[in-house]
Amino acid sequence: MELLIASAIGVLTAAGIYLVLRLRTFPVILGISLLTYAVNVFLFTSGRVAVGVPPVLRDDITTYTDPLPQALVLTAIVISFGMTAVVVMIGLGAFLGSDDDHVDDQPNDRSEGTS
Amino acid sequence: MSLFFIVALPFFGALLPGLMNAAGRTATAGVTFTVTLAAFIGLLSNLPVILAGEVVTARVDWMPALGLNFTLMLDSLGFFFALLILGIGLLIIAYARQYLSRADHMGEFFTYLLLFQGAMVGIVLSDNILLLLIFWELTSLSSFLLIGYWKHLPEGRQGARMALTVTGMGGLAMIGGMMILGQIVGSYDLSVILQSRELIQADPLYLPALILILLGCFTKSAQFPFHFWLPHAMAAPTPVSAYLHSATMVKAGIFLMARMWPVLSGTTEWFVIVTTAGLVTMVLGAVIALFKHDLKALLAFSTVSHLGLITMLLGTGTAFGAMAAVFHILNHATFKAALFMSAGIIDHEAHTRDIRRLGGLRTLMPITFVIVCLAALSMAGIPLLNGFLSKEMMLEEANHTVLFNNPWLVPVLATFGSLFSAAYCFRLIGHVFFGPVRDDYPAKPHDPGAGLWLPPALLMIPVVVIGIAPFVAEPFVKLVTASVLGTAAEMPSAHLKIWHGLVPALYMSIIAVVGGLAMLAIFKPALRIWEGTPRPEAKVIFEAIVEAAARLAQALILPLHNGAFSRYAAIGVITIVVAGYYSWTTGTIGAPAYALQPANPVLVAGWGMLVAATIGMVFLHRNRFLSLILIGIVGLIVSIGFVFLSAPDLAMTQFTVEVVTIILMLLALNFLPKRTPVESSVLRRVRDVGLAIAGGLASFAMAYHYMLRDPVAASISEFHLANSYKGGGGTNVVNVILVDFRGFDTFGEIIVLSIAALLIYALTETLLGGRVGAKLLNRKPDQPRAGDMHPMMMVVMTRVIMPVVLMVGFYIFLRGHNEPGGGFIAGLIVSIGVVMQYMASGFSWTSARLKYPYHGVIGAGVLVAGFTGIGSWFVGKPFLTSDFTYVRIPPFEKFELATAALFDVGVFLAVVGAVMLSLESFSRLARRADSPENMHPMDIDPSREDLKEGV
Repeated sequence: MELLIASAIGVLTAAGIYLVLRLRTFPVILGISLLTYAVNVFLFTSGRVAVGVPPVLRDDITTYTDPLPQALVLTAIVISFGMTAVVVMIGLGAFLGSDDDHVDDQPNDRSEGTS
Repeated sequence: MSLFFIVALPFFGALLPGLMNAAGRTATAGVTFTVTLAAFIGLLSNLPVILAGEVVTARVDWMPALGLNFTLMLDSLGFFFALLILGIGLLIIAYARQYLSRADHMGEFFTYLLLFQGAMVGIVLSDNILLLLIFWELTSLSSFLLIGYWKHLPEGRQGARMALTVTGMGGLAMIGGMMILGQIVGSYDLSVILQSRELIQADPLYLPALILILLGCFTKSAQFPFHFWLPHAMAAPTPVSAYLHSATMVKAGIFLMARMWPVLSGTTEWFVIVTTAGLVTMVLGAVIALFKHDLKALLAFSTVSHLGLITMLLGTGTAFGAMAAVFHILNHATFKAALFMSAGIIDHEAHTRDIRRLGGLRTLMPITFVIVCLAALSMAGIPLLNGFLSKEMMLEEANHTVLFNNPWLVPVLATFGSLFSAAYCFRLIGHVFFGPVRDDYPAKPHDPGAGLWLPPALLMIPVVVIGIAPFVAEPFVKLVTASVLGTAAEMPSAHLKIWHGLVPALYMSIIAVVGGLAMLAIFKPALRIWEGTPRPEAKVIFEAIVEAAARLAQALILPLHNGAFSRYAAIGVITIVVAGYYSWTTGTIGAPAYALQPANPVLVAGWGMLVAATIGMVFLHRNRFLSLILIGIVGLIVSIGFVFLSAPDLAMTQFTVEVVTIILMLLALNFLPKRTPVESSVLRRVRDVGLAIAGGLASFAMAYHYMLRDPVAASISEFHLANSYKGGGGTNVVNVILVDFRGFDTFGEIIVLSIAALLIYALTETLLGGRVGAKLLNRKPDQPRAGDMHPMMMVVMTRVIMPVVLMVGFYIFLRGHNEPGGGFIAGLIVSIGVVMQYMASGFSWTSARLKYPYHGVIGAGVLVAGFTGIGSWFVGKPFLTSDFTYVRIPPFEKFELATAALFDVGVFLAVVGAVMLSLESFSRLARRADSPENMHPMDIDPSREDLKEGV
């Protein structure tokens, strides 16, 4: 099971990196989202993975999985939504302003910047 | 008065001049004067304790773990400097009121002045060297503002920049030195450091620490070779020059050398470095000063020279030298401040400071003449004035100082410097006031009003009184000297007096004065030789160095930061992978603590879907809609994975976030191109695949190894499991952690989320308000529009389901403390319910039914959470301490009431507000682009007017 999870993290990271290295805003944002999944899952697994032992206290149960990474990842998921929204907004605003959704400065942008 | 007040008064007072500016110039100056006077009186109230030889301290622990405490100490040395800073400050404020013209912004000036004053007082009263460093940097910053006060003058700006660069760099060096010192002693408290002379001087790091600290002192006090910034700082208004360069800023370095004297001095290194630097500065400054034609430049170099003199005296490392230094600091502050102010008067009245255009002012400006005469003759070292006494002591000390094994070197150079010093003083009097009255002054010179001449005139009182009756100053000078010496040396038995008998120092003095007069007689030929000699121009060298540094920085940075995000990302990936690889190969990897858990077919199927969707995204990412669907699949599988791996809360959160994220992306995609064109070359794609595989393998390996091992340090999770019910009153440990154990974190999180939402709102407003807004209004949709804008089935469905969604949200919220759920998830669920209304019934319809703006909801959320936290203060507990109890209201079962639930309400509201504000902002862009909305989807009312045409 650990092998499957670890390899899933690896695949998500690899795909995320590849998309982040693209030249347009939309795939870059998707890439960042994939990296977010990878990071969140990785953080989550730092509490060791276990099946069927949620950290909800019951009288007759003594084994629970680690609640701390879960709490941290929960807020991370919500925050990453906020950050994604901001990045999407910035990308959208840049595109609407210049009709160009490249992430890299274009040659004419640079000359404008220095002139 | 408490020391805290003395330091804090100027800083808080700095707020006032800006406020008073509308009340008039006199009121602005008056409030500044009052603030300074209050601090001055506060300082004097400590005089009895100081005279008793005791030390006043005040202490508040600020960051004890870092050794950074707000510790203040007032001993006689600090008192002496604070007295100069505040006392001369009072005179300068009165003078500046008259000096500044109507065009100058007075509130701004006095704000800077008070900031500077506060920083200076802070330096001299600090008992903690880290605190001292903070004030030290503050003086650099505030003096930058003061020197560059006349922003319209390029010299002012350049001078300010140069001063900031030089003193700032010195300050950085000093931080290093102080850190070393603190490490050696094991404390950052001056009172401890000053007791550790042997420990410090025996340490191998003594020399680096000494050099770094001296760099700070020398740059601040304009010692060779850092003296060049001071004359350029003369572009400041004269009150600033008079303040900074007589009693305060440049004396900060001297102060620190005196402060550190007991622990740093006495070694060969100290003696050679400090004495040499002081001697060179003294001679160089005096020689250059003689040939300057600008009154202020002459005074600036004379200041450099006198600072060199004091530095040299401190460098000798003898108790007598220290006493002479203290005495000269006092004397120099009085006559130099008066001279600067007088130079300002001449500039103010004659409209020029060029000595070649002046002359004959003796009869035209008699009051100024008397002041300048007294001050300049004191500076020249003429008997019966205070400058004579300390200069005599300097020559006496020089006579006993053997540098580089040459007994003649120091006395000869000191006499030589004094000669030039006397010469420029005589020139100052002779060429400005004597000679024939001219008829080509730029303005008709006359004595100014009392507001301008009284401050320098007051300074003449100590000049003359100390000069005639030195025994008046002796107890005080000895008191201050005692605190400089500390336990390092015995108090010298010598007394301050005019007549010492026929000692060598007297002959040296006579040589200097007579030589000075002779020098003035041959001034014209000497000037020709001086002007014919090539000299390095400090400003040119400085600018060349700055230019070279800037070019170097550009050469290093521009290839990396060329505006290409994909390059930064690639560099980032490479760096992380390489750093990870390095620690992987150099570290040790423990044995696995766990065996692999078995996988079942369902798990493999889920894994297969995730990997297929992810890889599919890479290949199909050019089709943007398709990739959105694929990322939705990824998110769903991750959510299901969370359920499977015992994290129900995470699953619910991920699931709901997934929904709003996809909606958000769709809203954005509405405006973006629907396809990504092929742009990168095959080579580049191969490179990117390589990077991606490296990164993927690295994270795989890390995750895999990590999952099978225990952490090095014990986890704190057990505590949470054990105390969740007992301490937090909830059985859902994740939720209890969020709203109770780590409530403060969560509070921060919702604030961040709120800021993100507000940022999106602000960006939308900016877009809509500008050029883009107009473009959007005229935008033609690039996709075919649906024929039915608000499909009836969907409208009916969403409205029917809305109460259900709200009920589910409420339920999820309530059960959050004990079962999976809580504020975050409930907030997201309710947001989805509301978003459905927007989607089905349209923006206008939904907005018209919206009672509270989303900003308000966000604000309410953060406030509710914050006030819940503050509530615990009322019962004497720290912020966000929670409490809970169980109540039973028949016919319901017993249930729990917890303050944490109230906090969770805040979280809920903030999440709803933030999510909705983001989505609403995006849809507002779309709304402008579309044709007018149907205001009445599904409201079939045959009588309505606007339906008659279209239907």
